[in-house]
Amino acid sequence: MDLFEYQARDLFAKHDVPVLAGEVIDTPEAARAATERLGGKSVVKAQVKVGGRGKAGGVKLAATPDEAVARATDILGMDIKGHTVHKVMIAETAPEIIEEYYVSFLLDRANRTFLSIASVEGGMEIEEVAATRPEAVAKIAIDAIDGVDEAKAREIVEAAKFPAEVADKVVNVLITLWDTFIKEDALLVEVNPLAKVASGEVIALDGKVSLDDNAEFRHPDFEELHDKAAANPLEAAAKEKNLNYVKLDGEVGIIGNGAGLVMSTLDVVAYAGENHGNVKPANFLDIGGGASAQVMANGLEIILGDPDVKSVFVNVFGGITACDEVANGIVQALKLLEDRGENVTKPLVVRLDGNNAELGRQILTDANHPLVQRVDTMDGAADKAAELAHAAK
Amino acid sequence: MAIWLNKDSKVIVQGMTGATGMKHTKLMLGDGTNVVGGVNPRKAGTTVDFDGTEVPVYGTVKEAIEATGANVSVIFVPEKFTKDAVVEAIDAEIPLAVVITEGIAVHDSASFWAYAGKKGNKTRIIGPNCPGIITPGQSNVGIIPGDITKPGRIGLVSKSGTLTYQMMYELRDIGFSTAVGIGGDPIIGTTHIDALAAFEADPDTDLIVMIGEIGGDAEERAADFIAKNVTKPVVGYVAGFTAPEGKTMGHAGAIVSGSSGTAQAKKEALEAAGVKVGKTPTETAKLAREILSA
Repeated sequence: MDLFEYQARDLFAKHDVPVLAGEVIDTPEAARAATERLGGKSVVKAQVKVGGRGKAGGVKLAATPDEAVARATDILGMDIKGHTVHKVMIAETAPEIIEEYYVSFLLDRANRTFLSIASVEGGMEIEEVAATRPEAVAKIAIDAIDGVDEAKAREIVEAAKFPAEVADKVVNVLITLWDTFIKEDALLVEVNPLAKVASGEVIALDGKVSLDDNAEFRHPDFEELHDKAAANPLEAAAKEKNLNYVKLDGEVGIIGNGAGLVMSTLDVVAYAGENHGNVKPANFLDIGGGASAQVMANGLEIILGDPDVKSVFVNVFGGITACDEVANGIVQALKLLEDRGENVTKPLVVRLDGNNAELGRQILTDANHPLVQRVDTMDGAADKAAELAHAAK
Repeated sequence: MAIWLNKDSKVIVQGMTGATGMKHTKLMLGDGTNVVGGVNPRKAGTTVDFDGTEVPVYGTVKEAIEATGANVSVIFVPEKFTKDAVVEAIDAEIPLAVVITEGIAVHDSASFWAYAGKKGNKTRIIGPNCPGIITPGQSNVGIIPGDITKPGRIGLVSKSGTLTYQMMYELRDIGFSTAVGIGGDPIIGTTHIDALAAFEADPDTDLIVMIGEIGGDAEERAADFIAKNVTKPVVGYVAGFTAPEGKTMGHAGAIVSGSSGTAQAKKEALEAAGVKVGKTPTETAKLAREILSA
């Protein structure tokens, strides 16, 4: 889960990373009181999870509370690279900036540990610095158990060649930032820029934080950080039902068991679509190993509720769960939806393979549901589903 | 011969007395796996009956090893307690720990991986979030269905459970030496490279099937390893060509970030290393079949 800047600021403040004051608002009028609380002037910053908002006009100075209201009016509702601005942060104006640095901690998948990246050339994208001036970027591996103590923080500061007069202050930032990374179960904590201001202080002016959804069990507060406004309504409904669903932009609804098989199903449908008017998969939906009738019904309900879906491909490999159970699940799920009064009119192509596949196929044949077609190979079923979606388009 | 698991493997189950542990211990026993014990400190000294087979429960992994000579542990404990369970297995120096549990926090995986390193890597960790490992006809540790295929000469390594099953099914008439599911999390113990090296050294494996998916660069690094170290034919498959950028596709590690971790880049890296990469699972199986019958 990627956070907004204001959420990152709040987490930094909670763990004593030096930040400027700021609060988030979602109506222009609220900018007045917020700016008054900051002494009458502020920076109005669009809250979007995409870079380049300054260039897009999403960050403006306000010299008076009235001006803050005007700027917030301009920025709220603005579209920045496809992201609508629903919130702005009213932030304390930064003191005069002398230098801009970069520091971060992140997951290093390849080395199965954590990594620190630091540079005295902050303010722009670190990938850009790394590409043009790799010698200006220090990367230091962090042991997941030893973590970052003062000695490790000094090692990072020296590797990145921070000036001596800010060394102690950057060490402090690194230790508090590491604290944020560990205690919040983050996958990334990034400060850019980390600014040295005229007073000599070192302050985190902007930051990015990404948290590990799998750690939510020990962070009940993660729930509040979810961006409900941006979630696709179908994705939100699927989440309510604990379904692993991602909305895509095609026409063939997909249900399968197992993340790898479902990803593969999307690909196979996209290839098949090349022969059928370029239809594409409409979603990713993994109903997991169990695939009970209830879960199948929940999944079908989400897929059939998507107006973009023209046909549905149910692709199940019976592993521990036998195909006869899955077939019964499909038949019961359709009945359940019809009993609920749902308008089930889209064709379903079902492919069952693996454990008890013959029994499962027989159940579908016997049920003889007018919307269900059986195709017994994955590639063949994908082709049929794509053909049906194209015909209904 | 197979890799890492054979008929002599003595298996204990951490979390055997939970619902998932019970279900799969029964299935593993049914496949002929030599399950010698379970671990649960609150039920130590009791036994659990699985269709007439009495399996004793021990208080700790160490006690279970001392009593039974176990050399494999399979872990089914809930995600909140998985890190402690793996650390316990590492402390007991069990040679192989297979972590089935899904949904483990990445910081926990990073922590137990670092811990294994500090303890001298005496324990091979497979997973987390994986289906386990099977040497057909000999032993089955985890949740892979035991009856899909028979013993044979193909070695399989995969990030995905159901794609493992699909591929075993497509090539069921040829059979497998060992199939290992390494899991789809961002941090995993055993990698594609570890399995490729083991299959290369295994005289019972003639061909290796490698299944990857979007996210990270494990497949690219495996391709590099294959080019330098693997003489046996390798057939590959990569899932997730149609996955959009920035969306997690089911597995916690399956995410394209910016331009990195794409299926296309993985396919190209594998092909550059001489690996034949199938467009679909069925086509991949066909490539394997062609090589073996050539």
